[in-house]
Amino acid sequence: MKELLWLIPAWPLAGALILILGGHRMSRTLATLVGAGSVGLSALITLLIGFAFLSAPEPFDQHLWTWMAIGNFQPSFAFHLDALSMIFLFVITFVGFLIHIYSSEFMAGDEGFARFFAYLNLFVCSMLILVLADNLLLLYLGWEGVGLCSYLLIGFWYQEEKNGYAARKAFIVTRVGDTAMAIGLFILFQTFGTLHIQSLLQQAPQAWSVGDQTALLVGFLLLGGAVGKSAQLPLQTWLPDAMAGPSPVSALIHAATMVTAGVYLIARTHVIFELAPQAQLAVGIVGAVTLLLAGFSALTQNDLKRVLAYSTISQIGYMFLALGVGAWSAAIFHFMIHAFFKALLFLGAGAIILVLHHEHDMFKMGGLRHKLPVIYGTFLIGAASLAAIPLVTGGFYSKDQILWLAWAGERGNVLLYLAALFGAFITSVYTFRMVFVTFFGAEHSHVSHPVGKAMLTPLVVLAVLSTLAGFLELPHTLGHVTIFSDFLSPVLPAVNVRPDAESMELLFQVIAAVVALSGVGLAYYLYVLKPDLPSKIKEEIPGLHHLWFVGWGFDALYDTLLVRPFVYIAKVNKHDVLDKFYTGLVTVAEFFHRALAYTQSGMMRWYVMGIVIGAILMLTIGLIL
Amino acid sequence: MILPALIIFLLAGGILAWSAEKINASYPKWIALAVLAIYLVVMGSLWSAENTTALTGGSWKVHFMKPWIPQFGVSFHLALDGLSLLMLLLTFFLGMAAVLISWKEIQNRVGFFYFNMLWVLAGISGVFLAMDLFLFYFFWEMMLIPMYFLIGIWGHENRRYAAYKFFIFTQASGLLMLLAVLGMYFVHGATAGEYTFDYFAWLGTPLSTQTGRWLMLGFLAAFIVKLPVVPFHSWLPDAHAEAPTAGSVILAGLLLKTGAYGLIRFVVPLFPEASHYFAPVLMGLGVLGILYGAILAFAQTDIKRLVAYTSVSHMGFVMLGVFAFNEVAMKGVVMQMITHGISTGALFILAGVLYERIHTRDINHMGGFWPQVPFMGTMGLVFAMASLGLPGLGNFVAEILTLLGAWQANHTLTILATVGLVAATAYSLRIVQKIFLGKPEHHYTLPDLSGREKLILVPLVVAIVWLGLFPQAVMQQVDQPAKAGTAQTQVTTSGLLVNQHVKGGEHDPK
Repeated sequence: MKELLWLIPAWPLAGALILILGGHRMSRTLATLVGAGSVGLSALITLLIGFAFLSAPEPFDQHLWTWMAIGNFQPSFAFHLDALSMIFLFVITFVGFLIHIYSSEFMAGDEGFARFFAYLNLFVCSMLILVLADNLLLLYLGWEGVGLCSYLLIGFWYQEEKNGYAARKAFIVTRVGDTAMAIGLFILFQTFGTLHIQSLLQQAPQAWSVGDQTALLVGFLLLGGAVGKSAQLPLQTWLPDAMAGPSPVSALIHAATMVTAGVYLIARTHVIFELAPQAQLAVGIVGAVTLLLAGFSALTQNDLKRVLAYSTISQIGYMFLALGVGAWSAAIFHFMIHAFFKALLFLGAGAIILVLHHEHDMFKMGGLRHKLPVIYGTFLIGAASLAAIPLVTGGFYSKDQILWLAWAGERGNVLLYLAALFGAFITSVYTFRMVFVTFFGAEHSHVSHPVGKAMLTPLVVLAVLSTLAGFLELPHTLGHVTIFSDFLSPVLPAVNVRPDAESMELLFQVIAAVVALSGVGLAYYLYVLKPDLPSKIKEEIPGLHHLWFVGWGFDALYDTLLVRPFVYIAKVNKHDVLDKFYTGLVTVAEFFHRALAYTQSGMMRWYVMGIVIGAILMLTIGLIL
Repeated sequence: MILPALIIFLLAGGILAWSAEKINASYPKWIALAVLAIYLVVMGSLWSAENTTALTGGSWKVHFMKPWIPQFGVSFHLALDGLSLLMLLLTFFLGMAAVLISWKEIQNRVGFFYFNMLWVLAGISGVFLAMDLFLFYFFWEMMLIPMYFLIGIWGHENRRYAAYKFFIFTQASGLLMLLAVLGMYFVHGATAGEYTFDYFAWLGTPLSTQTGRWLMLGFLAAFIVKLPVVPFHSWLPDAHAEAPTAGSVILAGLLLKTGAYGLIRFVVPLFPEASHYFAPVLMGLGVLGILYGAILAFAQTDIKRLVAYTSVSHMGFVMLGVFAFNEVAMKGVVMQMITHGISTGALFILAGVLYERIHTRDINHMGGFWPQVPFMGTMGLVFAMASLGLPGLGNFVAEILTLLGAWQANHTLTILATVGLVAATAYSLRIVQKIFLGKPEHHYTLPDLSGREKLILVPLVVAIVWLGLFPQAVMQQVDQPAKAGTAQTQVTTSGLLVNQHVKGGEHDPK
């Protein structure tokens, strides 16, 4: 059964090719059938392989063909299936399939219907290659492939100039990170002569001792790639703008899958980070700082999708934090739960925006819980998971694990813990601010049409998943289920809890629960009980509010430091200053040409005078010498 | 006999095309197309030929030698190995594309146009085959004159200026090479006692440090102007922008590659010591080209100038890779020569296709074309992605291998070159944005690609994807181990470098 592995990325690729080549001649039904069907088939095969994998959980390698062969350096089109890639496969194909279904209704009125599905299929294929690749070069192919699709889909409505700008920004900013990653690959190749991931992971501990300088450098460079793709500090600026794309795109690419590629990369190469403790600590710090900064920004946004975008940055910050303290499995667990609930929230938001005539500002919504009950219900479940409402949500279990290990893990650290805890409070405030403003209070706008089944069904399924999936991993104090971490344990080592901390777990859970609930309480107080208060607070601190609103001014900073100087230099030098040298030569030559031609006047007097002066000069020189 | 026949029939085809114009104006293009198609097939049949002829420095699939001016040691010496074969296939493949793209564009003096085109291609083929330096110089100059006519007669508004500039730059640098060729002739003659222009005789000639360096610089001058390397690049944007589409395709796709070929075939093997000595500077110039070309490309508003500067940028990788002296980088360079020829050729073809429809090259007068020309847009997207080095397309293989290899030689320069990839993203996306995306503010009626245009572009897309996914087939061509035993065991063409590199001795970059 595992031999069918190659089909998982092949189906969406075939779908993309069919839609690119023949999409314009297809009916919408047929295009949907190809687009969603191909991903559905992948999901089905993933399921089959998943069962086979559960019964025989040893890694499986599939070699398709040798990409290039230079001596012993032979990167291939070859896949490596293990528990880590299995989980990513599940999330990508299933969430991907649900989002394809949703899109068939969401995009129904769009003239680029087939093109949309073509890009979406291509994305799924690239993402699958990314997580299946057995060598870093093929991973890089998937990595850049998802970047391309992200670019194409952010700029899907290409007639708007600002969409194109957002798309290019996303591509270029992530490419900055990719450059760092590429240099990391150069070093790995020079050191080990291979880019095969499993070989690297085996050889690295032999070649490097803990704290080795090269390992450290590689760690930081890989982190560079990860922060670009996963929109972490300092390369997070592209993600909020990426919301210019259609909502299903935000759900699939900019919440559930692509933006977590950085998490995957670090988890995949965790051996290197274990050998480079400073780099790993940097991962944790990046995560902690990002989750706070993005959380504050999320508090101030009015655009429903931008709240979710900042929230995504913040939640991936949690995953980075988990990676930074060596809680590998907790990071992946949070990735999975986050994929479910964040996709759910984006799809819900998309549905709302669609039926409100593309209104994004949530302060112009209000009172939607009566008009859109299903969306309200599922959105509430997603929001509860995001805010980590205790016991009943998946998000609680996944985030609680990170909070706990940030403090109690061997590499835990009280500062990281406090950042995460404070972040959890902010999360629940901005999440329920969003819920209350959108669904409660007075109605400000008119719902144009009911939402159909193709859009509602994925919401319901995701709501169920984001709740139930949490029970795959329960803490000691609450049932002690470790299905998820056991599944991952052959790939990712378990984190050890400091012995002195073990007894405190319940206390920390109560703290986390109280923090989450008090955040909801604060949001209720501010946006339901005293709806005038927030704007007063805003007037009290206009500077800070603005700073948060614009995402801490990173855009302006990069604009001043990098973008404008580059554009300026390019503009000034449009005509290539080096060419001036050659045109200068021509000018000099022409000058002498003209000067000498001028002496050839045809007038006898001038010639005679010339001869006389010349003769006198010669004689004088002759006499002097 | 296949090698001299190749060149002779190209020349004869040119004359035939010119004279056939008198009978019917549409004959010349058919003749040109047929000649090139035949040769594409003939060369293709050599694909799996084994390297049977062993000569110093490598082994060769096909070899031909006849004395030409025996008094001076000049012979008509041609040889074909994997590298030459790849270059010739590229020549005929792009040559056919160039003929097809001129099908309607060229209405004036048609016969003479195709005559020039075939003669340029004959010169290029000669350059890729000549193993006698006198003959090499002869072909090198032979490329120049027909190209001068192609630009000067059928070009755009400023064609005279561009043609002169092209001619003077190439000619001046070519003369330096001639001096170096003659210098080498006498130096080799004095030491070996036998005066000859033969490449294989020249290999391994002991040279004093100073002589070697001066002679190398002479050769280098011709090749780095042709490649081009900043700061000798400024003929290129003018020539590329002003040439007719076919001219731009041949210039970018093939003429630039003769410079790269010269570096690989002549500069490094003949002057290993000097090459190692100058390597850091030359790699540095390569990186300068990558970055400087990219910044210039970003600023351009003339689509053809833009693409021209991207060539400057991409050819920087050739310098970086050749002087990194290792096999990985070398393979990257060979891939770069081929993939850049295809992707940039395709971008010039798209520029030509657009020009035929809207009669401007100014991207500020374009925008929002996608809904009208989705097929063309898709093509544009593919080649823009190739140009920014998207994995899955051939250019990625070329650039990543070059960088992986260059890293072993010089870290700082490789980092800077890698930064160039970000700049490449900026200008490539700008192409797509400015032409195809945005609001359609200028009211043109644009028909999408015609059947003939698809016939040109679709094979180019297939080729670039194929090279991206299965580059091994091509790269194998340059590392078939020698079948017949030579003094050096396991000599490979790219191993040519590796062996010479051993001779470079203490300059080992590792």
